[in-house]
Amino acid sequence: MEFESVIGLEVHAQLKTKTKIFCSCSTAFGSPPNTHTCPVCLGMPGVLPVLNKKVVDYTIRMALATNCEIERESRFARKNYFYPDLPKGYQISQYELPIARFGHIDIEVGDETKRIGITRIHMEEDAGKLTHDPDRPVSRVDFNRTGVPLMEIVSEPDIRTPEEAGAYLRKLRSIVRYIGVSDGNMEEGSFRCDANVSIMPKGSETFGTRAELKNLNSFKHVEKAIYYEIERQKEIIGDGGEVVQETRLWDPVKNVTTSMRSKEEAHDYRYFPDPDLLPLVVENEWIDAVKAELPELPDEKKDRFIKAFGLPSYDAEVLTSSRELADYFEDCLKVFPNAKPVSNWVMGSLLGLLNTEGKTIEDSPISAHDLGHLLKLIDEDVISGKIAKTVFDEMAKTGKPPKKIVEEKGLVQVTDVSAIEAVVAKVLERSPKEIEEYKGGKTKVLGFFVGQVMKETKGKANPKIVNEILRDKLG
Amino acid sequence: MKITKNEVIHVAALSRLDMNEESIDKFASQIGTILEYVDTLKQVDTEGVKPTSHAIFLTNAFREDEEKEHLDRENALANAPEKEDGNFVVPKVIA
Repeated sequence: MEFESVIGLEVHAQLKTKTKIFCSCSTAFGSPPNTHTCPVCLGMPGVLPVLNKKVVDYTIRMALATNCEIERESRFARKNYFYPDLPKGYQISQYELPIARFGHIDIEVGDETKRIGITRIHMEEDAGKLTHDPDRPVSRVDFNRTGVPLMEIVSEPDIRTPEEAGAYLRKLRSIVRYIGVSDGNMEEGSFRCDANVSIMPKGSETFGTRAELKNLNSFKHVEKAIYYEIERQKEIIGDGGEVVQETRLWDPVKNVTTSMRSKEEAHDYRYFPDPDLLPLVVENEWIDAVKAELPELPDEKKDRFIKAFGLPSYDAEVLTSSRELADYFEDCLKVFPNAKPVSNWVMGSLLGLLNTEGKTIEDSPISAHDLGHLLKLIDEDVISGKIAKTVFDEMAKTGKPPKKIVEEKGLVQVTDVSAIEAVVAKVLERSPKEIEEYKGGKTKVLGFFVGQVMKETKGKANPKIVNEILRDKLG
Repeated sequence: MKITKNEVIHVAALSRLDMNEESIDKFASQIGTILEYVDTLKQVDTEGVKPTSHAIFLTNAFREDEEKEHLDRENALANAPEKEDGNFVVPKVIA
């Protein structure tokens, strides 16, 4: 039987606020354990949580960026469970009345654009960090992270393949970074993903029993874990068995998912409205104010790059994958306003360089300004395209501006006709065999002569002039 | 409203309470009585009344995103039965 998989993702993005969601403690990462706490986030009796306005601002921003409807009134609820990373015995979250619903984003898989629905976005607090002692039966608890604001984004079960799941996540991450509400760093845990995976006979309208996958802390793991899980479920059903609804943990070393909780421990969170927190009312004026400050989103930027600069869709997609890269590209254009060559250099040499050095565009050793000037030097025939690559490598190494490197290393292109003629004469003199071939109709040999002249001039001769002179001399 | 023994066992498990047979029976009957008392509320006519989660008609209490002083660690850990290197120490929760 042929199967179709059904995937829904739950993403937790840590919001980039200075302070926690319900108290004035710092959200800074990496401080000594339990130094960013107060009676509120330690869950002392009698304290009163007060909502951080910026958390709401950021969540509205995300809701708008993902085409959600924003609820005029939403509410916070207590999700009750006992686990030592949660000092109060409940997590403050939103349940039956989340702040936003009914959104969507578009993803590109292959040549196709696909719309993935967003079921809801809500705000909640993060839990503390547990460290399990390897030798003794104890765990240590650090409450610094307790109360750090999270935004949970729940997708509709519209995703069908691991690749689509990856594309959806990358797009979501790109959006949170564009609008500046989260770092979106999966490895450091500021962007986390759980996946609900089930399979059903192809064309069926009834979903199968799903498993929830956890511990997916990189894009690669998300795709691999989902792929593994689909295959596992196919095997079970193929053998006449039944998939059990459960939570499964991805093991990135063994590349398998393993059962985490048994069915008997099914959750019973006993949600109820938190009486300590007032209902949240978001009026249209607030939404309009946030909307007015919303930056250009990835899809809008991509469209503009295609329309305004005439770039191919692929170039526009790559260049707008992060706001920083898009800014770099546009900064380059300010110096050298010719989009396609800039795009080629940024996507080719520059991204290649960053990739090799393991750097991001923000700490690129070559500034957008300098790269623009390098391209200008090519365009103005000061250097050849070939020499430009040498200059580029030197810029990466030394951080010097291109003009200075060209001057210091004497790389200025030779456009002096008589100088080039002299070199051409020298090359022709020593190649009687090739001249004969050329005259015999083998015009491809021209490339040989050009190569020889370039070699003699260490790549500095202007190729256009070289070609002209050669054709002239060879008749 | 009656409450079954199994419901008491379930609620006790969720609250991490260990209970013997005798107290299960006792609590089943006591919780049942409390719920019956609360059921009295059902006699009130609530036609046209929206579900209420808060008794006061206030909305939107906010704080600005400004950092204030933290509790010093000594005090944060003062009530902890066990502590180590600035951490709370609890029985291991994952096998």
